[in-house]
Amino acid sequence: MALPGKTGSTLRWSPWNLLLAVPLLWLITPLYNRIGPELFGMPFYYWFQFVGIPVGVLCTTLVFLKTADEPTTPAPGAGLDVDDLDEGTGR
Amino acid sequence: MNDLHWTELIVFALLFGVVTVMGFVAAKWKAGETLEHLDEWGLGGRKFGSWITWFLIGGDLYTAYTFVAVPALMFSAGAAGFFALPYTVIVYPIVFMPLLRMWSVSRVHGYVTPADFVRGRYGSPLLALLIAITGIVATMPYIALQLVGLEAVLRTLGFNGSGVVGHLPLLIAFIVLAVYTYQSGLRAPALIAFVKDILIYVVIVVAVIYLPIKLGGWSEIFSSADEKFKATPAAGDGLLLNGNNQLQYATLALGSALALFLYPHSITGVLASRGRKVIKRNMSALPAYSLVLGLLALLGYMAISAGTKPIMNQATGKADTNTIVPVLFQDQFPSWFAGIAFAAIGIGALVPAAIMSIAAANLWTRNVYKEFMHKDATPAQEAKQAKLASLVVKFGAVAFILFIDPQFSIDLQLIGGVMILQTLPAVAIALYTRWFHMRGLIAGWTVGMAWGMWLLYNIPSADGKRQHFGSSALKLNDLGFFGWHPFAGNSLLIYAGILALAANLIVAVVVTVIARRLRAFNGTDETNPGDYHVDEGDKKLKKIGAH
Repeated sequence: MALPGKTGSTLRWSPWNLLLAVPLLWLITPLYNRIGPELFGMPFYYWFQFVGIPVGVLCTTLVFLKTADEPTTPAPGAGLDVDDLDEGTGR
Repeated sequence: MNDLHWTELIVFALLFGVVTVMGFVAAKWKAGETLEHLDEWGLGGRKFGSWITWFLIGGDLYTAYTFVAVPALMFSAGAAGFFALPYTVIVYPIVFMPLLRMWSVSRVHGYVTPADFVRGRYGSPLLALLIAITGIVATMPYIALQLVGLEAVLRTLGFNGSGVVGHLPLLIAFIVLAVYTYQSGLRAPALIAFVKDILIYVVIVVAVIYLPIKLGGWSEIFSSADEKFKATPAAGDGLLLNGNNQLQYATLALGSALALFLYPHSITGVLASRGRKVIKRNMSALPAYSLVLGLLALLGYMAISAGTKPIMNQATGKADTNTIVPVLFQDQFPSWFAGIAFAAIGIGALVPAAIMSIAAANLWTRNVYKEFMHKDATPAQEAKQAKLASLVVKFGAVAFILFIDPQFSIDLQLIGGVMILQTLPAVAIALYTRWFHMRGLIAGWTVGMAWGMWLLYNIPSADGKRQHFGSSALKLNDLGFFGWHPFAGNSLLIYAGILALAANLIVAVVVTVIARRLRAFNGTDETNPGDYHVDEGDKKLKKIGAH
């Protein structure tokens, strides 16, 4: 139980978060448990489940882009390291 | 051992040598002030960026066992084996939010394990101990399974003896792994993961382009798989799911997704990252591995189409279906390329085995040793203890393989998945709310654990050869509560772990309501609501490696 005087909100809610529920559609097996239509000779059952991967990526990426964390101040003296260069986030 | 495959063996040994050197050099890679601290040895300095985290978590979650077992399952059961795909489709969106909160609160308070968080959230050493023990027990057989994966490759290379001599190459590989993990900590698997994952990607891309061309196209592959399944008497296999196993398919995918990031080794990979952005990026980038996993699963069908025969295990006298993928590569590709594929799987066993043993060692050190045996252990003593524990854990896993039927590790891993799922209320839900009373969580854990074990114990294997721990799929017909069978006559299958989790939650809610009525003490919470949102660079963060 939070003591009185403790600060900060518990939850930060954005409607964009609802996108994270979309991939759960891939749990409903009757949606895709069939042979046709085939794609490159692959039954629907298989290629439809592969399609779930880009859909999932799209959802998590949109949520990432549309919900921002609280602004933070960069740690003093933190120089560039190899990851900053890798990621292009070097300041 | 007279028919060793020399070209394959040499390529395999060369690549194995390369990663061994990397494992030892890793100690100096991005080194902090000291390795004598769990932040450094156990979490690589908590500073991995997006790329390293991607390779590390990818190398951690998509294990050698997955690489051999998923195609083997497709080979023998068909569509039901494809659950790994929806499982990895839903897992990242599900864990996206909770993992960010876990990272932030752990970074503010210096938590190293999920049990550390529970300890801080409820102030209850008992609850934290239960979480830690669950984690260790669920992880041990998982490490042993990595050895099963490695052994499938060694057997294909020609090392197929029985007794200790037959296991010698495996033993050597594991001693080497144990020594460099002891020395370098999490940095070793992080560095090796680069080699492992690149090899895996190369091998899979080549295989899924070359094999369908060679075997006459995808429709040819699927129709030969269809023929095989139609010819077998088993009712559960086929190119599609049937009326009975769809619920099992969905609940197994959901249960596995909920369980994945409760495993201590997954949390270790997440806590080793530098900040929230790194985790968010990875939630979008890790599905690249799911694509590989899906393609790998289809190798099981290619093996059917190519007429691949699994190798006989001379130690047990049974056909080892886990050798399907290695044998497929041996039959269809030039030896040097098969050698690369074997190295990819073999190194794929080392990375998760190292991370898992580190995670289990962290749990032991933080939540058992420091909590109950040596309360004022210094960070250096903690690091020493964890290093030793990692050795014990690894040799325990080797002993599993050497002295006990590998089938036992597979059973245990099945049980482990159900077990780790029982920590969901205390670890994942507690990230959001402290509504559950700690007594409710303890009672829920106890009931979920006991009932889950009981359910698994009573499931016979599909072929009827074994009476107990045959599968995780329970017939609804067999579901009973003290003689009452609500679904009598129903032949639908369901994943037992989901049932155990439901029981856990119901008991936790009931006991929580009672405990709140009685105004029982609910422990003290050392975390603040704001702690769950801080990011890298914030003043609140605990200094890394601080004494």
